[in-house]
Amino acid sequence: MSEHAAVGKLKQNFADAVLDVVEFRGETTITVKKEQIVEVCKFLKGELGYNFLCDLCGVDYLGKSPRFMVVYNLYNISLKDRLRIKVPVEEGDATVDTVSTIWSTANWHERECWDLMGISFNSHPDLRRILMPADWDGHPLRKDYPVQGPDREPYQGRLQ
Amino acid sequence: MGVDQTLGNNIITTSLDKLVNWSRSRSLWPMTFGLACCAIEMMAAGAARFDLDRLGILFRASPRQSDVIIIAGTVTKKMLPVIETVYEQMPEPKYVIAMGACACSGGIFDTYSTVQGIDQHLPVDVYIPGCPPRPEGLIYGIGKLQEKIMKERNSFGAVIGVGERVSEV
Repeated sequence: MSEHAAVGKLKQNFADAVLDVVEFRGETTITVKKEQIVEVCKFLKGELGYNFLCDLCGVDYLGKSPRFMVVYNLYNISLKDRLRIKVPVEEGDATVDTVSTIWSTANWHERECWDLMGISFNSHPDLRRILMPADWDGHPLRKDYPVQGPDREPYQGRLQ
Repeated sequence: MGVDQTLGNNIITTSLDKLVNWSRSRSLWPMTFGLACCAIEMMAAGAARFDLDRLGILFRASPRQSDVIIIAGTVTKKMLPVIETVYEQMPEPKYVIAMGACACSGGIFDTYSTVQGIDQHLPVDVYIPGCPPRPEGLIYGIGKLQEKIMKERNSFGAVIGVGERVSEV
């Protein structure tokens, strides 16, 4: 299995930041420490040419620690090469530094992640809700959010 | 010979209420307002094949000129204030048709973000089931609304300020 070229360069430059590398069916996922996400992303865009942030999303692994992951799907347009970066986020300190200074598209992606997952982004220029109404309470895509809303009795099934 | 007048200079006797009801029910102008896939069926009903225009139903682009609002699709809690504003901007008399499962009851979207039936917020006159209802269904529902309007009493009196309009059923 050939290692992705970015993995070696990341390990070389950020030896203590790389927590885990997974390769699966030609897709490479690198887990890095959240404290260094901005430096890592700057390096990936500036030195390795990942000039397109396809998506930024949050994942809720309820019951595990750390509870959340923020996932950055990167694309190098000139080399047609994809790379996935993940950052573990603890529930007690659900904040990540913003990467909207690197890819400006991250502005809205991070707003969505804040809106639905409740992961806030430090020094984000405009962190407010983007999908839910502005006066909404809670973050509906969290696994412990009741699907029918907190103000309703949950559906018990038609046989009861 | 002179002009041939088949019917001549006839008069018709009727009640003012019936006249008002007849003109209202035969010129129902809906608000152009679509929310989801039901709006596609609503557009199909308005287009050439089903042709709502032949029933005197012309979609208007302003709530000020509309008589009926067809809630065509899923109502999210974020969209609800917009719908309520549009409804409040319509002049009396105004009617509401809940088109499709979502507008009637929330439909398959039994979730935190969806209004579980627009009748929790607006007075619905006609419910049209279906997911989405076909244009025939919408036309049938409009026909039911026309029947309902034809049964209204004191519709003329309410206009000149004598009492309220009374809707049967």
